[in-house]
Amino acid sequence: MRRHPVALWAAAAAGYAFLYVPLIIVVVYSFNNSRLNAEWVGFTLDWYDKLFHNQEMLSAAGNSLLIALVASLVSTVLGTMAGVAMYRYKTRLLPILVLTPIAIPEILMGVSLLIFFVLLNFTLGLASVALAHIAFCIGFVAIVVRARLAGMDESLTEAARDCGATPWQAFRHVTLPLIMPGVIAGALMAFTLSIDDFVITFFTAGAGTVTLPLQIYSMIKIAVTPEVNAVSTLLMLLTLALIVIASRLTPSLLRSD
Amino acid sequence: MPGTSSHSAMTSRSSERFGKWLVSAPPLVYLLFFFAIPSLIMVLASFRTPGEFGGLSPLVEDGRLDLNLDSYVRFFTESVYAQIFVKSVWYALLTTLFCLLLAYPLAALIARSPKKYRDLLLLLVILPFWSNFLIRIYAWMIILGPNAAMARAVNGVLSWFGHEPVALLFSSFAVLVCLVYVHLPFMVLPLYANLEKHDQALLDAAQDLGANGWQRFRRITFPLSLPGVYAGAALVFIPALGIFAIPDILGGPEDSLIGNIIKQQFLETRDWPFGSVLSIVLTVAALVLAGLAAWVGRSQLGTRSSGALSRA
Repeated sequence: MRRHPVALWAAAAAGYAFLYVPLIIVVVYSFNNSRLNAEWVGFTLDWYDKLFHNQEMLSAAGNSLLIALVASLVSTVLGTMAGVAMYRYKTRLLPILVLTPIAIPEILMGVSLLIFFVLLNFTLGLASVALAHIAFCIGFVAIVVRARLAGMDESLTEAARDCGATPWQAFRHVTLPLIMPGVIAGALMAFTLSIDDFVITFFTAGAGTVTLPLQIYSMIKIAVTPEVNAVSTLLMLLTLALIVIASRLTPSLLRSD
Repeated sequence: MPGTSSHSAMTSRSSERFGKWLVSAPPLVYLLFFFAIPSLIMVLASFRTPGEFGGLSPLVEDGRLDLNLDSYVRFFTESVYAQIFVKSVWYALLTTLFCLLLAYPLAALIARSPKKYRDLLLLLVILPFWSNFLIRIYAWMIILGPNAAMARAVNGVLSWFGHEPVALLFSSFAVLVCLVYVHLPFMVLPLYANLEKHDQALLDAAQDLGANGWQRFRRITFPLSLPGVYAGAALVFIPALGIFAIPDILGGPEDSLIGNIIKQQFLETRDWPFGSVLSIVLTVAALVLAGLAAWVGRSQLGTRSSGALSRA
């Protein structure tokens, strides 16, 4: 072990503080017995109680969960296929189509899908949002699955084929169980990305459909209220739990950027 | 490649081709339909005329095809848009610079930590990125709010010097702080991936030759980390360039960036052709800069680490 200079320690500690203090403030004030998010008055759970009686918020949460479930299921299947294809076969077009949506600013995908759906006369709503979410989640799943395949011993699949397994049998009984942690991690990531997405949802949801992030957006555009802190705290707990599980399943998740 | 012992070479090859088609076609078709085609439609829309009630005017009217360069001409002649574009590039550059300054010590500390703590320290950098984007913006609304401790402290000091009180929220300061906050993890990850591979022997050798800490950083660590710096810069700069929610929520009227103008064109003014032109300018700028970062990174990698410096 090497010695760390004090200056490095101090600078890194400041970096971690910068990352965490804002989030901690949001959580702490969600328990604060005051309308203003300005100073600590006393402990209360009122804001959570209010939250669970807020019909708009509950229906937004329902929409978000439904979209995230559908989007993560479909994008996990398609993303796993893309990851396998990109790892096994030399394809030119697929990696470009899979990775570009991740690399470009999100707003571009949002507005181009808006034009697309409107020109097709496709009603904007839950379905258009889910279709859009699937498109950007595929890439994240594919990256995780491809990383998992790269860490796998390919000769196992070859051995199965030598023993007479069809390609499908070899995939179903050898490859898939081995890459399963990557597939599950990819699914959890896709679920988190979908339930958290604001930008692409903002353009593809239309006027009548509200998801949790859209609801938070319209609330904070009007005023800062501790109710937003409460819903933020719950949403953070959910997504952080999912990501911690996902990163446990595939430690390479941390390095595959 | 799968073995061929129980299959003839012919059937194996055709089943291989079938397998390739089977796994690549579904994601390919999906992304062609929901990514490639919408993008092409947007390119086409940029050459059209806006419709009377928003959207696009009919493609063929009175026997004339509606294709023109009007919206491009507008972008290049009305200087306000060029100014907003330059301002967006400037904000994205400042964001990249501040992210680099904050990320370097974090990445260096993680890379020098004992192996068993590295994953945890890295996870701690990534976790905030996985919390909701709007929540991270909202947090700064609280911190910079007019009644919060920070604004009172700053204005307390300012009034000491007889200065008028300032608003921290709804300012370019708020926009920049949040831009840095949101993008910081993107800079730490590639920097760490690079710093982790550095050979400690080089630093020891430099120390033996009498180089002090700053000289070791300046002459060895920093030049070797440049590929990581360029990768991080691309990962921060590109999304920062297209952001609209942060200026929308934390900025004042003068902080509108290109993302806000795009949003305005599509949802408020409903001028799709002009919105498409702005989106295409944004895409081209992002791609050029990403390409530049990749190219510079690769040539740096070629000249610096093919030498005796890196053994990783």
